[in-house]
Amino acid sequence: MSEQTTENTDVITGIEAPIYLKYNFTAGAAPARFLTQVKEGVLTGQRCPQCAQVYVPPRGSCAACGVPTEEEVVLSDKATVQSFTIVSIPIPGNSIEPPFVVANLVPDGANISFIHLMSECDNADVHIGQRVQGVWKPQEEWGYSMDNIRYFKPLDEPDVPVEKIGKIPVEGWEG
Amino acid sequence: MSQPDVLHQAFELGFTYTRSTGPVVGRFLTELKQRNIVGIKGSDGRVIVPPMEYDPDTAEELSEFVDVGQEGEIVSYAWVKEPREAHPFDKPFAWAMILLDGADVPMIHCVAADSEDAVSTGARVKAVWAEETIGFITDIRCFERV
Amino acid sequence: MKEIAIVGYQQSDAVSDAGACNEVELIIPVISKVYDQVGIKNAQDVDFVCSGSCDYLQGAAFAFVMGVDALGAVPPIKESHVEMDAAWALYESMLKIRMGHADSALIYGFGKSSPGELPIVLSQQLDPYYLAPQWVDTISLAAMQARLMLDKGLISEQDMAEVVSRSRRNALNNPHAQLAGDVSVQDVLAQETYVSPLRKADICPVSDGASAMVICTVEKAKEWGLPYAVISGIDHCIETHNPGMRDLTDSVSTRKAAENAGVHNGAVDVAELYAPFSHQEIILARALGLGDATSVNPSGGVLAGNLMMASGLSRIGEVFNRIVSGEAQRGVAHATSGPCLQHNLVTVIEQAKEAA
Repeated sequence: MSEQTTENTDVITGIEAPIYLKYNFTAGAAPARFLTQVKEGVLTGQRCPQCAQVYVPPRGSCAACGVPTEEEVVLSDKATVQSFTIVSIPIPGNSIEPPFVVANLVPDGANISFIHLMSECDNADVHIGQRVQGVWKPQEEWGYSMDNIRYFKPLDEPDVPVEKIGKIPVEGWEG
Repeated sequence: MSQPDVLHQAFELGFTYTRSTGPVVGRFLTELKQRNIVGIKGSDGRVIVPPMEYDPDTAEELSEFVDVGQEGEIVSYAWVKEPREAHPFDKPFAWAMILLDGADVPMIHCVAADSEDAVSTGARVKAVWAEETIGFITDIRCFERV
Repeated sequence: MKEIAIVGYQQSDAVSDAGACNEVELIIPVISKVYDQVGIKNAQDVDFVCSGSCDYLQGAAFAFVMGVDALGAVPPIKESHVEMDAAWALYESMLKIRMGHADSALIYGFGKSSPGELPIVLSQQLDPYYLAPQWVDTISLAAMQARLMLDKGLISEQDMAEVVSRSRRNALNNPHAQLAGDVSVQDVLAQETYVSPLRKADICPVSDGASAMVICTVEKAKEWGLPYAVISGIDHCIETHNPGMRDLTDSVSTRKAAENAGVHNGAVDVAELYAPFSHQEIILARALGLGDATSVNPSGGVLAGNLMMASGLSRIGEVFNRIVSGEAQRGVAHATSGPCLQHNLVTVIEQAKEAA
């Protein structure tokens, strides 16, 4: 699978040398546990035994303390916008039309954000501290994937002040 | 916390590299496209095939190209009974270090043979060209016994 | 110049498939054990951390960054990484200590090779114009090297089988070994060839796992009150990337590194050699000038289990273990990288003077 890149001359100055390698990726124990529950429509995190921060998605350790995390915590699919960006280029293989919003979201009950899409919103109105909730695919389409949640849409709830983002309990935010 | 099943996903990782050849590798590949094999003279006069840009012993920049033969002798070989998917053959074959006529350094390439018995150290082999040559190392499709 | 001591070493089991274990989950158990051994809490308690790994093995970009999640890097730590075996992470850590920038260092290496086809993945470390596009796998390259030696009468298949037999038997005493057993020379020779002239037994297995080590100045080791061994010499040398230009029947880079590291300045009681293929152990033992007085690969070596990117560090750790246990007074550890022993690192490890 190669071609010369200088077609108008006989002298070779460059080559196409693509490499394709096949792998069988395995999720770690903590991510596998997380994905198994996402398949059931439940978001979970893991709590650090030292600093009590809850990580989502969990990777099996507290990156701050360097200790294994084991305690599993059920989280809400309601979340707070910690940061966001408006993307004007399409995602290969995704039907979402630009411009769309990609946001760092902290689900209620967790202390760390994950990245997901926002929709059913006016992009110009998206802001830090905004309350949102996951819009799930029909249950029969659920798999081992965060795509089970199509996107997050705004909730009619008061904004969370910046200093409280990442500290909302699983019970939710009353304002 | 119960242990979930191992979740796995097969995937292919592509590195779609385009590489600049520079004058030395470029000359070798240009010659291959024309079904010719060239080496380069090292600091001590040894003919290195495929040509290297610098002499590994002296770090001297090399530039004196030398035509070498399309036949040579097997210096060593490995007989691959179970070819891998990435390999150039889907039936058993050999990788070999081949000292081309006029060269002083063996080059590594594949040798087509019907059985392990047909390959041996010291055996004479010749280059078999690809139907279409494009300026790539696999323009030499393989070597086979003379 | 500050003398440097090894004070802790731990290794995971070498397993053919670590399955549901990500980088962090591979690393945390071994570094937790080495913290316990040294009596520290986490990476905050050392001055420097350096790791060795290669993202191509499992095909996960920036996997080595994920590995940092195992360390507890809040507040920030001084951390570095080599895309090489962790034996070279030890080398970097020693430089850091010798320059006076640190008194202690945590070193770890990890490899999850099972997700990919390792001999093919490693073919892509070769010359990108002449060899990588041919997909010449590492086993075939080693097989050509072995045949050169056989043809020249430098070794026999019996010699190679003896290396395998000794590895399997020594590995019976290594709880982390992947391949161990009472295997005779005849058993090995009875096997068919796989990539001729190599038999499967001549080739190290593909393994997943990790290892970790703590080194520090001798003063720090005394302050911590730990048993230690001293790294009295270290050097590494590399040969050309063109296998055709090398004398593959010798390891001139190992020979040179051994001289520079001072291997010959005393008796060598034990040697742990990173020889992924049986014939390479013979090349290395000759290049290092080892005789009958040296116990070679008492752990079984990497024929018993090969943690890519950690096995070189493990060789150093295995020698350390034998010195602090009193089994040996002076030892040599070797690490390698690249095809057919292209790049070699030699470390000399000695008993602490107080213990002598």
